[in-house]
Amino acid sequence: MSDAGRNPRLTLLVTSLAALVLCGLPLPRAADALRPDLLLLVVIWFALMMPRVGGLFYAWIAGLALDAFRGVVLGQNALAFVMIAFLVHRFHLRVRMFPLMHQSLVVMSLLWVYQFTLFWIDGVTGHPLTDWARWLPVVTGALLWPVFNGLMGRITVRG
Amino acid sequence: MAALRKPGARYAPPRGSALGLRAIILMAVSIGLMVVDQRQHELGVIRAALSAAVWPLQRLVHSPVAAWESVHSALATHRSLLGEIESLRGAARENDLKVLRLESLEQENVRLRALLNAAPPDAEKVQAATVLRVDLDPLRHRVLIDRGTRDGVVRGQPVIDAGGVYGQTINAGPMASEVILLSDPNHAMPVQIERNGLRTIAVGSGDPQRLTLPYLPRNADVQVDDLLVSSGLGGIFPAGLPVGRIAEVRRDPSQPLATVSATPAAALDRDREVLVLWYTPRVPLPAGEPPAPAAREPAPRAKDRSRTP
Repeated sequence: MSDAGRNPRLTLLVTSLAALVLCGLPLPRAADALRPDLLLLVVIWFALMMPRVGGLFYAWIAGLALDAFRGVVLGQNALAFVMIAFLVHRFHLRVRMFPLMHQSLVVMSLLWVYQFTLFWIDGVTGHPLTDWARWLPVVTGALLWPVFNGLMGRITVRG
Repeated sequence: MAALRKPGARYAPPRGSALGLRAIILMAVSIGLMVVDQRQHELGVIRAALSAAVWPLQRLVHSPVAAWESVHSALATHRSLLGEIESLRGAARENDLKVLRLESLEQENVRLRALLNAAPPDAEKVQAATVLRVDLDPLRHRVLIDRGTRDGVVRGQPVIDAGGVYGQTINAGPMASEVILLSDPNHAMPVQIERNGLRTIAVGSGDPQRLTLPYLPRNADVQVDDLLVSSGLGGIFPAGLPVGRIAEVRRDPSQPLATVSATPAAALDRDREVLVLWYTPRVPLPAGEPPAPAAREPAPRAKDRSRTP
């Protein structure tokens, strides 16, 4: 942890891998639908707080890794991740100043854009899933944001 | 500027001014990847490399479950083991008898086929595979098995369990393959009712305990508890494998089609061990398909419309 605190790139790698593993951790069916998109939260956090460390290319690689992990069309999550990372980069100076609850709302809208992009690509590639459960991670991710933000700040700043 | 570029400088503006341009380039590359992957299926090498790269992570996710299972089996009580041995002995005796009968039936079958001038029984190879406890996607019914191209697995191979048809492989990586379950909403397979040979299509419902048969007319001869077997059409599944039992038949006079659902024969949500089959379909394949099963790259056909993502 202390090493990771000093080297942001190592933190980036470790937190991304951990998030990817948590994306696949077997959970009961009910809890599975609630699982937030942790990897995307990591991408958003780095784009917001350390845009030099976790840039667009990092977001693209992370999305591609998630595509490979889930076995969906290659490029689906990569595209959505780059879009989100771009939006966050564009407004990161403003969003950083928001109070935490306000930030959560921003994160919620970002997660919604992400899910909508996936939904749209699913439709175009011919396997639409019109299950309301697919929108649940938007809410859980936004609820998780204050805790997640505090945790990531702790990991990166205090060595 | 040098001070700003120090790694860990938390409040620094993003590097590069052409942010939008870079985003557009990366998005275009993603879209290109998707198009190639979806339309041409020509990303075999990249996909294999990526799936090999994430394999250690998937293994890591599976490891606590594997550890728990090994502890659990080590701690299984003496008494339950004795009971199990007893029941297995009984089952083995029964199976011995069945095998004797089966052998004679097989002989008879070969003779009859020779008489009919039909093709020889399906050449088959079977390999056991372990289902890894990795949640791939919460809304789709896909699992990961620990057999890949290394073991000769290709796309579109039937996967069964002790009860019956389990699913088919949709992506074969070097070490692991993805299997789409019968119950995935995007999976459909040709079946027939064993009692009367009525052919139809069983579509996944998204519920691991239920398949739907949406294309049966209201007056179709189908009853609760009828056994569904694979019909062998479509060329992916061999004929005659149990698929499920009809659980519910609802005939609404105002609807031209009956609402029929079935319970899958395989334990779709409980299995640890499955079997991957190699089999040469006896129905003629569409022109342009190489006949060898190893080289077969089954394009999604109308019947087995397992759309791969």
